[in-house]
Amino acid sequence: MSTAKFAAGQPVRVRAAFPLGHIRTPYYTRGCVGTIESLAGLDPNPEHLAYGRHDQPPVPLYRVRFQQSALWPAYRGNPQDTVVVDIFEHWLEASDHA
Amino acid sequence: MRRPHDVGGLEAGPIDTEEHLSEPWEKRLRVMARFLQRRQPPIVTVDELRRGIEDLGEDYNHLSYNECWTASIANILLQKGVISVEELGRKMAEVKTRWKKDRAQ
Repeated sequence: MSTAKFAAGQPVRVRAAFPLGHIRTPYYTRGCVGTIESLAGLDPNPEHLAYGRHDQPPVPLYRVRFQQSALWPAYRGNPQDTVVVDIFEHWLEASDHA
Repeated sequence: MRRPHDVGGLEAGPIDTEEHLSEPWEKRLRVMARFLQRRQPPIVTVDELRRGIEDLGEDYNHLSYNECWTASIANILLQKGVISVEELGRKMAEVKTRWKKDRAQ
């Protein structure tokens, strides 16, 4: 049973948050809009594991596809280029930008 | 905060692609790291070890890859009370003495 909040094809924005601590959400994706590619699964949250908290429930992890030009303002490559990044659900919010 | 592993998009300079052999202590370190993670329940997880490496601050830039792992393992075992600072200090001195003696022979 999945408790995933987002579905494939849905536009999402990565939270523009910059807290202290161990974070797997790449800095360069924060604040950027991408599209849910798929649900990768339910996985333990490394932000808890990194501090020895092993008793927390697993959380949805998504593959999110970004246009390279959405991540890098000065991107000079093919405008069709994309990258897929694994991002946990608590780093994502629904976006109305496609 | 951007931590030392989160370097996507930053200028990185050239990458050293030369093969290098592991020193015996580095092989032991890898075994120890694996053992600490594989014990049930695990003594440490890879997530904690990576966090510990990120926590090294300026030392991160001066230590080698396996020295970073060693420092992270030591710090986390100290935090968890698996070893004490005194034990670690005495053991390091003992190993150093033994190493010097072996080298002198």
